[in-house]
Amino acid sequence: MIETVDTPVWAAILVSVLVLAGALLTLVGCIGLARLETFYHRIHAPTLGTSFGTIFLLLGSVVYFTVTNQRLAVHEVLVFVFVSVTTPVTLMLLARAALYRDRTERNGNVPPSADPDYTEQGQR
Amino acid sequence: MRHILPHPLLALALLAMWLLLQQSIAPGQILLGAGIALAASRAMAALQPERPKIRHIGKIIKLIGLVTVDIARSNIAVTRIIFEGRQRGQTDGFLTVPLLLTDRFALAILACIVTATPGSAWLEYDARNNTVLIHVLDLVDEATWIDTLKNRYEALLLEIFQ
Repeated sequence: MIETVDTPVWAAILVSVLVLAGALLTLVGCIGLARLETFYHRIHAPTLGTSFGTIFLLLGSVVYFTVTNQRLAVHEVLVFVFVSVTTPVTLMLLARAALYRDRTERNGNVPPSADPDYTEQGQR
Repeated sequence: MRHILPHPLLALALLAMWLLLQQSIAPGQILLGAGIALAASRAMAALQPERPKIRHIGKIIKLIGLVTVDIARSNIAVTRIIFEGRQRGQTDGFLTVPLLLTDRFALAILACIVTATPGSAWLEYDARNNTVLIHVLDLVDEATWIDTLKNRYEALLLEIFQ
């Protein structure tokens, strides 16, 4: 179905740089996830992977397949759209669970709920 | 028109997605995609979602540009924080930001922006007080953060949606 041609040098270099940059950023995000101390610190680290980590990897993919297949490959855009639309959902689930736990156990410096009906025992 | 095509934007987006997934703009694919988009957007109408009111298309492009630059900048900032590790002490903090936005779509987009930006996370939205709790990894200056959020993103979103 897909007839590939030899990759020109400029494309090979560009693709390598993009893919490496994306992989490195994702790696840094993973290191951050392991190294940072609290839950609220940790949620920030993987965002490197879901933002520019993904963008660089996808750009690499777009360049590679556009050059080798001799036609525009842009469906990577969809990957980015779905990643950025779905991450907040999981994040909010986890964050609200953590907030609930820390408020009931009175851990750390978590601010009280803005909801006036919320009591310290965590019951409405 | 409204009966056949209850959500024109959604149908258009579905068609675009179909064509992107098929990687083809052959007439057959357009026809099939249009059929699927039509059926799916009518199914969506059964759920009776609110209709987003988009005012300024141009402002959307401006917003995308702003957000991309900010995300790039905070990627670098968070990378630095991760490598500095424990030596740098505590600078993180919670931030309660009062919002003017009430449109659900605009709020969803704002949540995506805040979450997609490394270093800030949208934790909890309070619909009654219309405030949002945000955690910031490097909270040097609260006022700057609130200012960025309200004047850069919220102002644009207000112009686009409300």
